[in-house]
Amino acid sequence: MGTSTQALSNRATDARVTEDFDRRDFDWYVDKLVAGLVFVCGISAILFVLGIFFFVTKEGIGFVFEKMDFREFFLTPYWSPSDAEDPEYGILALMAGTASVTGLAMLVAVPFSLGAAIFIAEFASGKTREVLKVLVELLAAIPSVVWGFIGLVIMNPLLIKWFDIPVGLCVLNAGIILGLMAAPIMTSIAEDALKAVPDRYREAAEAMGATRWQVIYKVVLPAAKNGLLGGVLLGVGRGFGETMAVLMATGHAVNIPNSVFDSVRALTATIAAELGEAVVGGEHYQVLFTIGIFLFLVTFIINLSADLIVRGIRKG
Amino acid sequence: MVSSGAAAVASDTGAPADNFPSKLEIRNLTIRYGHTVALRGVNLAVREHEIFGIIGPANAGKTSLLKAINRMDVFTSGMKVDGEIRFNGRDTSRLSNVYALRSRIGVVFPLPVGLPMTVYDNVALSPRLRGIKSKADLDVIVQRCLTRAALWDEVKDRLHALGSLLSGGQQQRLTIARALSQEPDLLMLDEFSIAVDPVTTMRIEDVLKELRQEVTILLVTNLVQQARRLADRTAFFLNGECVEVGVTEDLFTGEVKDQRTRDYVEGRFG
Repeated sequence: MGTSTQALSNRATDARVTEDFDRRDFDWYVDKLVAGLVFVCGISAILFVLGIFFFVTKEGIGFVFEKMDFREFFLTPYWSPSDAEDPEYGILALMAGTASVTGLAMLVAVPFSLGAAIFIAEFASGKTREVLKVLVELLAAIPSVVWGFIGLVIMNPLLIKWFDIPVGLCVLNAGIILGLMAAPIMTSIAEDALKAVPDRYREAAEAMGATRWQVIYKVVLPAAKNGLLGGVLLGVGRGFGETMAVLMATGHAVNIPNSVFDSVRALTATIAAELGEAVVGGEHYQVLFTIGIFLFLVTFIINLSADLIVRGIRKG
Repeated sequence: MVSSGAAAVASDTGAPADNFPSKLEIRNLTIRYGHTVALRGVNLAVREHEIFGIIGPANAGKTSLLKAINRMDVFTSGMKVDGEIRFNGRDTSRLSNVYALRSRIGVVFPLPVGLPMTVYDNVALSPRLRGIKSKADLDVIVQRCLTRAALWDEVKDRLHALGSLLSGGQQQRLTIARALSQEPDLLMLDEFSIAVDPVTTMRIEDVLKELRQEVTILLVTNLVQQARRLADRTAFFLNGECVEVGVTEDLFTGEVKDQRTRDYVEGRFG
């Protein structure tokens, strides 16, 4: 095929065109500069995270290596760090507190926020939709101390009255408060995920005679599952790391709960409540930072597994 | 920056030492995606001011070829290009500024892409990137490109409506107008008529015939008759191989080197 090209051979090369291919103009340098700047921003995010991890580890690691008994720390429910004679550092009850509150919160928040997101994204239209979206985002901005206050002042007496229990600051109270707290942000993310599903999918399914619910259930939800899962895991992270509302609504009692009416204490709330009174550098102080390391690791694992799950879904 | 039209044709001077005979020369080109080979050892040459057709069934590697020519492999993770692509005699894998290369090659992808800006801004984008600021100049370019893409009459009253809200066929012509606004040296069209009605397709084909005076056109098409109508020479691709390159009319009158080409153009394939 190369042989039949002589006719045009000598005019084919336009020197002015090819010159440009080697000239790095202003735009080329701007491009490199911007690429460098965003690289620095991206890297600095990683550096900050590493820095925080380093600081938390530095404060707590002395205890981990010198005095910590892993069995006592993770498997006993006795937490009495201020005992002068024989302080005990078992976080089992604290873990149970965090887990029970977070779990209950997710039971409240997941169906609630998913339903709200489906309504806003698929059923509501026009004004209703816009108003709801604004309200949901407004709810997400309520500070956690306000939620804690609601738990303390409103939920507490209500629970005492309804269930005839002595104290209304319990797993149920904190779970509901935390669930309501996490719901708006989860709704917002889930709604974005649903809106990101192209309308042509809906049209293709509707054209086959699928009902609105069938379209949602068979086409839209599967297409949006990455984003939905992302929203749920963000909610779990929120519940796990939430401190103030949990501190106020759980009753803050070291206890492995037998029912949702028992008071508990959360890992985060323990750090918040006790760090101020612990001697800097002392054993108690180091133990609190050890809890910090633990929280950090668990959050990391939640995020990592979320990432892996989402990737797995993407491949499948 | 770079002038267009007849002026570009006349340039006969300053040819570099390794004077290449063709606008685009592809030697032993192999493209892989991971372990999948999309294109295997392809050789072909596109002459200046010809319409070069590429026909072949799906998965023949036609689109991969266009991506490699435009150096889009940079964006596609896992895409590996071996072999040589020479554009105007320059090896495109050794350029200091691939953006300059891309700005000289217009590409029209199969599915229309109206960028989320006004019709006017869609077409004015490339000239603006080149540094053209004068409203008068831009007006001229926008009108000329839209007219050539057979879209002007339909959008002249709503140039400031969103380009992404046009109908599919209109967006495809908008995409073509945008490619033309680059004043390209090489225009690559990848199955442009998929989303366009037959009448408009014919109008665009007429435009392409006229454009041949100014630019070299690489036309990937799954309509063999379109290749016959437009292309001076045509290559037949099959499963990542370039089976045959020949004068288009020869391929359609049975003067083929490979029986598979005859089967394909006569629709007896598979």
